[in-house]
Amino acid sequence: MLSSEERGEIEAEMLKYPNKQAACIDALKIVQRRRGWISDESIREIAEFLGISTDELDGVATFYNLIYRKPVGRHVILLCNSVSCWIMGYNRLRKRLCERLEIQLGETTADGRFTLLPIVCLGTCDHAPALMVDDDLHRDLSPDSAEQILERYR
Amino acid sequence: MTSERPLTKDMKADGEALTLKEYERAGGYQGIRKALRMGPKDITDQVTKSSLRGRGGAGFPTGSKWSFVPLGKDAPHPKYLIANADEMEPGTFKDRLLMEGNPHQLLEGMMVASRAIEADVAFVFLRGEYVLSAQRLQRAIAEAYAAGYLGEKIFGSEVGLELHLHLSAGRYMCGEETGLLNALEGKRANPRTKPPYPQISGLFGKPTIVQNVETLANLPHIINNGVEWFKKLSYSADGGSKLYGASGKVKRPGLWELPMGTTIGELLHEHAGGMRDGVEFRGLLPGGASTDFLTEEHLDVKMDFTEVQKVGSRMGTGTMIILDDQTCPVGMVWNLEDFFAQESCGWCTPCWSGLRWAERILWAFEQGHGSEADLEKLEWICKFCAPGNTFCALAPGAVEPLQSALKYFRDDFLRHVREKQCPWR
Ligand SMILES: Cc1cc2nc3c(=O)[nH]c(=O)nc-3n(C[C@H](O)[C@H](O)[C@H](O)COP(=O)(O)O)c2cc1C
Ligand code: SF4
Ligand code: FES
Repeated sequence: MLSSEERGEIEAEMLKYPNKQAACIDALKIVQRRRGWISDESIREIAEFLGISTDELDGVATFYNLIYRKPVGRHVILLCNSVSCWIMGYNRLRKRLCERLEIQLGETTADGRFTLLPIVCLGTCDHAPALMVDDDLHRDLSPDSAEQILERYR
Repeated sequence: MTSERPLTKDMKADGEALTLKEYERAGGYQGIRKALRMGPKDITDQVTKSSLRGRGGAGFPTGSKWSFVPLGKDAPHPKYLIANADEMEPGTFKDRLLMEGNPHQLLEGMMVASRAIEADVAFVFLRGEYVLSAQRLQRAIAEAYAAGYLGEKIFGSEVGLELHLHLSAGRYMCGEETGLLNALEGKRANPRTKPPYPQISGLFGKPTIVQNVETLANLPHIINNGVEWFKKLSYSADGGSKLYGASGKVKRPGLWELPMGTTIGELLHEHAGGMRDGVEFRGLLPGGASTDFLTEEHLDVKMDFTEVQKVGSRMGTGTMIILDDQTCPVGMVWNLEDFFAQESCGWCTPCWSGLRWAERILWAFEQGHGSEADLEKLEWICKFCAPGNTFCALAPGAVEPLQSALKYFRDDFLRHVREKQCPWR
């Protein structure tokens, strides 16, 4: 069951649109923010609440990069792999992070602390290379500075 | 020509957003007051005469886009105005500055456009990763509602405007205007067949205009200062100033508001400070990932929609990506095609199969397995994805850097074949 807080937040989003389905991306994000990711059960609950089919909602959920259909760690690292970051040292950054975290792109550390995901251009290309951890943007990175930044996230 | 910088001149040095009060002290919210006295036809007329062209990449004349929206008593309602703030074109970072630095300027631009088409509801369609933009816009929207600038009877007039922020869940196709409409309706961001055009049947089947953030930010200034003033901001036939940027191995990567039509060479050498010590210039993508490469011979070209097109590329978003001599051009194009293949929505065969095939071939070159015959395959894929063969502009845009790389950097491809490895490894 969606919690009453979740329902309340989704209902507030629905007011923006003339029908319930339009709020489904907002609903997925609201639930994900509280639960970390979108499980099959979350899909069923949201679909029921919005009066749409689970297949339809799942089709939407899997289409978008920022909806996670698999569990993620406590912190999500979004590492920009687009062209300006690629020119400015993305590969070195990725290598260091993978070594340090002992995972590949797309994976979660054994202690559940970090998930490392690729992301398209973060729109800060004049400060490449860049990454986000959760809601925070970090720019002008070197492998060393990126490693230090991770220390701030427990 | 005047060297005024209307879009950025009021922004604070510390990068904080202007509050509503500060924006008004700098002359803000006068354009919409004037627009409310003018009426839709006059607003559209003034914007048409200003020669403002859309800053989202395609350069479509803004006023003439609005002229297709039905007006008056018999027009369907609600009508919608959408600010396209998806900004996911790799190498592009201009709309972020406008939203973080002066969110009220965007809101006022949306109000002006809404009056021109008699829209009842407006959305900012913002990419989800722009957390700071979201916070600042949310706050600005709340301030505007509290002041009576949004909601019913705005500015004490007889008309109302609702304005909402929508945070996207991330996909390049959301930036394509009909894909955006589907995303906003809670669907996959697949593009729609045109006609019907969004001006007639857009969001939820109602008349809709989708406009880039930078385009909208220009509107209050055009209304306030007039057509002649706006045209004089520019060195060329396309009106206004432009946000230009540069990324890559230049001395001072960054973003600058300059007269439209500033030359590519001036952007590169004066504003970006030239190449870093120890690296040489090879070429550039003038306006994001989906534009054709230009080289040394094009540095005198004016950056505007018309002139860049004349030399076989597009100004696109106006944020240049610089290629240097220590970066492999084949690897760079591989990175671009991998992006486009991943972001293809999968609807048309040339796009989803062609782009992934191109990416695989380019990867083979990088691994030393490329051949001369592969170059012909790549050229064939570029033709396969040309405008007219696909449902939307993603695929034609995707092959622009590829087709031009094959032209300008052919020797670099051949070196990969001869040396059986990437010479830059
Ligand atoms: C794949 C694709 C992605 C696009 N992404 C954006 C975008 O992020 N922002 C934008 O303003 N326009 C984008 N566009 C262009 C829009 O379709 C549309 O032309 C534009 O928003 C119109 O606004 P304008 O006339 O003010 O430029 C994209 C187009 C395509 C084909
Ligand atoms: S060109 Fe590509 S992105 Fe556009 S509709 Fe076709 S498959 Fe989808
Ligand atoms: S390419 Fe990484 S921020 Fe733009």
